[in-house]
Amino acid sequence: MLEIKGLTAEIDGKQILRGIDLVVPDGEVHAIMGPNGSGKSTLGYVLAGRDGYEVTGGTATFDGVDILAMEPEQRAAAGLFLAFQYPVELPGVNNANFLRTALNAIRRAHGEAELDAVQFLKLARAESKRLSMPEDTLKRNVNVGFSGGEKKRNEVLQMALLRPRIAILDETDSGLDIDALKIVADGVNALRGPAFSALVITHYQRLLDHIVPDRVHVLAGGRIIRSGGPELAHALEAEGYAAMVAEAA
Amino acid sequence: MPAVEETLDTVNAVTGSTYKWGFSTDIEMEMAPKGLNEDIIRLISARKNEPEWLLAWRLSAYAAWLKMEEPEWAMLRHPPIDYQDLHYYAAPKQKAGPKSLDEVDPALLAMYEKLGIPLKERAILAGVQGAGEDEQERPQVAVDAVFDSVSVATTFRATLAKSGVIFCPISEAVQEHPELVRQYLGTVVPAQDNYFAALNSAVFTDGSFVYIPKGVRCPMELSTYFRINARNTGQFERTLIIAEEGSQVSYLEGCTAPQRDENQLHAAVVELVAMDDARIKYSTVQNWYPGDTEGRGGIYNFVTKRGDCRGARSKISWTQVETGSAITWKYPSCILRGDGSVGEFYSVAVTNNHQQADTGTKMIHIGKNTTSTIVSKGISAGHSNNTYRGLVRVRPSAAGARNFTQCDSLLIGNNCGAHTVPYIESRNPTAKLEHEATTSKIDEDQLFYCRQRGLSQEDAVGLIVNGFCKDVLKELPMEFAVEAQKLLAVSLEGSVG
Amino acid sequence: MNAIRPPSALREGALAFLARYDGLKARLPGDPALRAAAAELFRAGGLPGPREEAWRYTFLRPLVEQEFHEPLVPLADCGPLLARLPAIDAPRLVFVDGRYRGDLSVPPVQAMVTTGAPALGPLARPESEKMVALNTMLAEDGAEIAVPAGVDAGTLLLVSLGTDAHGRAVAFHPRHAVHLAAGARLTLIEICMGEGAYLHNPVLSATIEAGATLTHLRLQDEAKGAFHLSTVYADVAEGGTYDSFALNLGARLARMEVHARLAGPGAAAHLNAAQLLSGNQHGDFTTVVAHDAPNTQSRQTVKNVLTGNARGVFQGKIEVARAAQKTDGYQMNQALLLSPGAEINCKPQLEIYADDVKCSHGATVGELDAAQLFYLRSRGVPEAEARAILVRAFLSEALDPITHEAGRAALEQAVAAWWETQAA
Repeated sequence: MLEIKGLTAEIDGKQILRGIDLVVPDGEVHAIMGPNGSGKSTLGYVLAGRDGYEVTGGTATFDGVDILAMEPEQRAAAGLFLAFQYPVELPGVNNANFLRTALNAIRRAHGEAELDAVQFLKLARAESKRLSMPEDTLKRNVNVGFSGGEKKRNEVLQMALLRPRIAILDETDSGLDIDALKIVADGVNALRGPAFSALVITHYQRLLDHIVPDRVHVLAGGRIIRSGGPELAHALEAEGYAAMVAEAA
Repeated sequence: MPAVEETLDTVNAVTGSTYKWGFSTDIEMEMAPKGLNEDIIRLISARKNEPEWLLAWRLSAYAAWLKMEEPEWAMLRHPPIDYQDLHYYAAPKQKAGPKSLDEVDPALLAMYEKLGIPLKERAILAGVQGAGEDEQERPQVAVDAVFDSVSVATTFRATLAKSGVIFCPISEAVQEHPELVRQYLGTVVPAQDNYFAALNSAVFTDGSFVYIPKGVRCPMELSTYFRINARNTGQFERTLIIAEEGSQVSYLEGCTAPQRDENQLHAAVVELVAMDDARIKYSTVQNWYPGDTEGRGGIYNFVTKRGDCRGARSKISWTQVETGSAITWKYPSCILRGDGSVGEFYSVAVTNNHQQADTGTKMIHIGKNTTSTIVSKGISAGHSNNTYRGLVRVRPSAAGARNFTQCDSLLIGNNCGAHTVPYIESRNPTAKLEHEATTSKIDEDQLFYCRQRGLSQEDAVGLIVNGFCKDVLKELPMEFAVEAQKLLAVSLEGSVG
Repeated sequence: MNAIRPPSALREGALAFLARYDGLKARLPGDPALRAAAAELFRAGGLPGPREEAWRYTFLRPLVEQEFHEPLVPLADCGPLLARLPAIDAPRLVFVDGRYRGDLSVPPVQAMVTTGAPALGPLARPESEKMVALNTMLAEDGAEIAVPAGVDAGTLLLVSLGTDAHGRAVAFHPRHAVHLAAGARLTLIEICMGEGAYLHNPVLSATIEAGATLTHLRLQDEAKGAFHLSTVYADVAEGGTYDSFALNLGARLARMEVHARLAGPGAAAHLNAAQLLSGNQHGDFTTVVAHDAPNTQSRQTVKNVLTGNARGVFQGKIEVARAAQKTDGYQMNQALLLSPGAEINCKPQLEIYADDVKCSHGATVGELDAAQLFYLRSRGVPEAEARAILVRAFLSEALDPITHEAGRAALEQAVAAWWETQAA
């Protein structure tokens, strides 16, 4: 269970998060919606531990353990996965090698045996096929020369292989056509279960038609100004953010 | 087989210090007194039972060296080297031909073990009679081990001899194949070529000799392990490889040295000759002791390596991974004399702490339609300085010559330096040369991305650096590639954070 | 370090200049101590030679083989030379054989100009500034141009004419200085022309204060028998810009050396150039850009077109100091070799001590692209014209960024005229 209390954070001395309170119980999918600049991506980065995002107050725990004190890789080992809005290119680093290194690092952290190349490739091929990735995906360099859609699917492929306990999807729908969107959503839905939870950050209702959330939160000005069921997303789509932000102010 | 994957782990477990090859071996040594003069050269020559012409050649090189000055153009700083304060000859005392491993100096065996050389091969290297000659299941790598100044053993000679390949210590070649040595020695790197080559020519004590006859494809990888062990000893080995018409050979070279507080001098010369349609692939993983984190100790590595593509369509390919040495001064080069000949240089040079490297290549285009490729990846960390220096020269005769050069530098931290000094000279309008150089740092986004996926900071750096070096690493023979990748990571330990 | 011993020819060549100095020093204007120091340096080091890394490709032997004399007074008639000046409607400062000629000049209104007192300074890097030492020792005249803060002084022509009206080769070493106060602007168009054999060894120091912009266009079109060895220093403060283009066209042996120092955050330097060389000409364009402050930017595009037995040299060094984080440095050097006897030597160089930087260089050497040539000809363009089009296209990356219309037109015209003499 992810529990965030009174979380404030700043970048270069500029306050972005102004007190986030949020609980995502195991097995639930929550959506975070909000206008540009509301702090959605910042929340994802702060939870994943990116440098330059300074936590100035509040707490964030996962299963009662303070994650804010951990290194990024420790958070990953604890089961936290961030699907990047802009996946990073790693020239010269082979996708399969990268994934195996990551998977084995996490397995090591859990005291599990590492996968050898053959075991890993079998697993990776199956997953990438399920996500309709091109055959050469695993051979190519990480995200180098990938189209926008391929990058996003590659994020979902990584998530499927690393099997996180909580996934934060940062605008994974942006830049996707309908078919790709469906593939991505199927990838997330496949992981749903009592031990998996997700925080889906998005601008639009569209993605939430495919990944139906248990709860929807509206983030504006660094605070959650409203929470509700899936119907809240529809209300937002109809009314727009401006009205809701004005109402909350 | 040269240090394989396990080497690191084995040696690491043995030493547990930052430099994983820093053990020294107590073996009974025979040493010449310190200092350099004609008498020492005569002593070396006499010890090797050399013919008169070779002694004369050495003495003329020495006379030339006395008139030369140490080059100063490289971006390297070091206190003056006292050439009189070194031993120019050191050899392990070994009785010839032990019957079994039990008779071999245990310290020597222990050293091979630390180097990760498998037991069977250790026996071969230690010169146990009959060991390894008829084994078919052994990995097909022949090893020559050069310990301080002397080649201690060469494996698989009988197997190689069946196909006519000669692979032996050069001191032995002088005895067994004097006509070949005399015909080729000093024809690629003349004795007076440069300060360090002249020094080497005067005092070289051993090294490897390879001769591949016409049309023969060498049946296995050839490998030399260089090891400096004795204190205050210069190592001056000389390697000569001749590939006759239509032949092929792949040669690997590995280097380690013990941890010492003082600097040790290594000045080697490597000469390659490729005749018509011959191919020589020469790979190096250089991991001499780099000095400690404060810059104390470490090997001064001044090496002249040059390949002569004498024949038409011949090809010489240099691949190097340079992670060691306090100072590296090294420019493996190709003289592209034969029409259609090909020269390649693939290099990764890593410097950390207070290391300094000034390395690159020379591609001299003389023949028509000659092509050369240069890919250099320099990585600087700590307080180190890393310079790429390369020359591409197209002579008027080299119609249709082509060169492509890519040289990239990566800086890790803000106390190091990365420098690029290419020289591009063309005197033929039909030649086409392209050169690109970039400088960058490890991207914070890349680091975070990897760490978000569960990689530790150091693994992430290792992964990104290996990606940066991929175009070079893929040129290495498989067993070296694995070792090289790990070496890169080890060399950069503690550089980020 | 061992002292570098110059080859004896260069040492002897230096003696003539030293003799000139010894005979002249009592009459030379300015601080005698600066001159004496420079002379001392020059006496010890002589002319720069091929043993020095920065001079490995340019050998001054032809220079020392030439005997030079003092310029004569009264000065030559310069009518025919002046008639060849490009028509640019702007004030101008004219120097003949290194001496200011008020009668031929039209001083600017917006900038203050002083002549007769060369703006000498101490040598910053004595071991590598031998030509500057020679200049410091023997400079007799020069222009000091100052633009007050915030003033846009428009365009100013700085013209140097070399003569051999008396059939005697002369050597002159003018010393110029340009000072742009904060926010000032100036376009300085420097034109060098002449007749016969002479040595023109000018030094120009530009100080560009915060936010100021100096646009420096140079047309080196010296006489075919002349030597041109020039040095420019540009010191750029915060937010300032040194925007330059040099066309290296004339002289039998020419070296244009530029040292730009980006001393303040946000400073920028553009050092574009083209070298068009033919016959037995030797042309050298050498630059050093020192990024000494954060967020500084440098851009260099250098194009070489070489025919006959001409030798082209490009040396470009980008230095990034530890403090100069976020430096953005880029350099491109390209050469077209149009004849079997032509030769190019280039040495682009990066020396980097800061990690968060973006620096790159590229170099290409080759001949005209056969496919492009064929494409044009297949469309009916005659070969000579097709070649002209491709050569002009090759030069465009260096020429097109020039925003000063009249200046660019003059340079374009010089390029076209050069090409016509090649084709003829």
